[in-house]
Amino acid sequence: MGTFLMIIIMAVFANNFILVQFLGICPFLGLSKSRANAFGMGVAVTLIMTITCLITYPIYMYILVPLKLEYLEIIVFIFVIAALVQMIENIIKRFSPALYKGMGIYLPLITTNCAVLGVAELVIDSAAMANLIGVPQMSLGYSVLYGFFGGVGFTVAIILLSGLREKTDYLDIPKSLKGFPITMVAACIMAMGFYVFNFIG
Amino acid sequence: MNWSKYKNIATNGVLKNNPIFRLVLGTCPTLALTGSALNAFGMGLAVTFILTLSNTFISLLRKVIPDEVRIPAYVLIIATLVTIIRMLLEKYIPVLFESFGVYLPLIVVNCIILGRAEGFANKNPIFDSALDGFFTGIGCTLAMGLMGIVREFLGAGSFFGMQLMDFRIEFFTSAAGAFFVYGMFIAIFNAAYKAIENKINKKNFALHLEELSIKENN
Repeated sequence: MGTFLMIIIMAVFANNFILVQFLGICPFLGLSKSRANAFGMGVAVTLIMTITCLITYPIYMYILVPLKLEYLEIIVFIFVIAALVQMIENIIKRFSPALYKGMGIYLPLITTNCAVLGVAELVIDSAAMANLIGVPQMSLGYSVLYGFFGGVGFTVAIILLSGLREKTDYLDIPKSLKGFPITMVAACIMAMGFYVFNFIG
Repeated sequence: MNWSKYKNIATNGVLKNNPIFRLVLGTCPTLALTGSALNAFGMGLAVTFILTLSNTFISLLRKVIPDEVRIPAYVLIIATLVTIIRMLLEKYIPVLFESFGVYLPLIVVNCIILGRAEGFANKNPIFDSALDGFFTGIGCTLAMGLMGIVREFLGAGSFFGMQLMDFRIEFFTSAAGAFFVYGMFIAIFNAAYKAIENKINKKNFALHLEELSIKENN
């Protein structure tokens, strides 16, 4: 139970995907103008990240490593992700048109999201993972858990920023600071807040 | 030889459409690797190398690749190039390989590269595309290098690893400092760009008025 709780805190807060590891900054800046969009993107990314970990980890450990084809990982992973996104899009379209209406536009964007390829690359690197969530030996269970809570961390950060941006739009600031620069400053202050979680444990 | 066209491609890549400061693309490696100037320049050069080659290959194959599957085809080309550069770095520059970490494979999903493939290389001849890739990459390298130098100097008091000063403000090399410095750079770059543009417009307007008055006098 202790390890479980630790993984959650490390993945969601202390090593937040966006604010600490800088993965998935493009949707973080591009889709945080309204809270509804931010939530839709967050849910879609969490879903894809979890399923990506579930598929790429066994592919790497049980197919690429025994065949000594580790150097193909980038090409294999990006194709798995692209196919997965397409598949999920079709499934959602078929079974839940309402959900598709809400989430559909975000799904194609996820293929080129750093956070998804990033999580696939991170979970196969035991040394990096020992640093990030403090487990000595990676397994399929841990990698799926990390994919899910990494996605939750992404969602938390993007929703918080969208709340801030709804306010910063009306601030009286110099013209050249409007838009991206003031968003970056807001993200800076959020990152300082998340830094505090490093002292837990 | 059409020099004005090439000059246009160069200024577009480095200044007018600078991928980092003007378009705000490829933000992940920019934020993550500008804590030290060496990493920032190394990443910029890696992106330049891949961008030039990917633009060349995509332009070369633009009439062969069917339109419906062009994005997967581009991704395959880029992923292959990234795999090659990853092997080369691991063998010859292990220092950079170590410090790039997960951001090296992530060049595949860098928006700058796919953006130039989709926006330029798939409808322009080979030489122009290669040039566009090269100069966009140089714009990226200069922007990242500048940020790297500033952050390393303020955060660690050093310049490319050489210790110059005794003070250090660790905020600037931390995650929060990355966002802050990036935001300030975008603001300064945009303000400077706008000021220069206004000046050029005013000059053109004055010339135009002069021409009009000459015509009237005649």
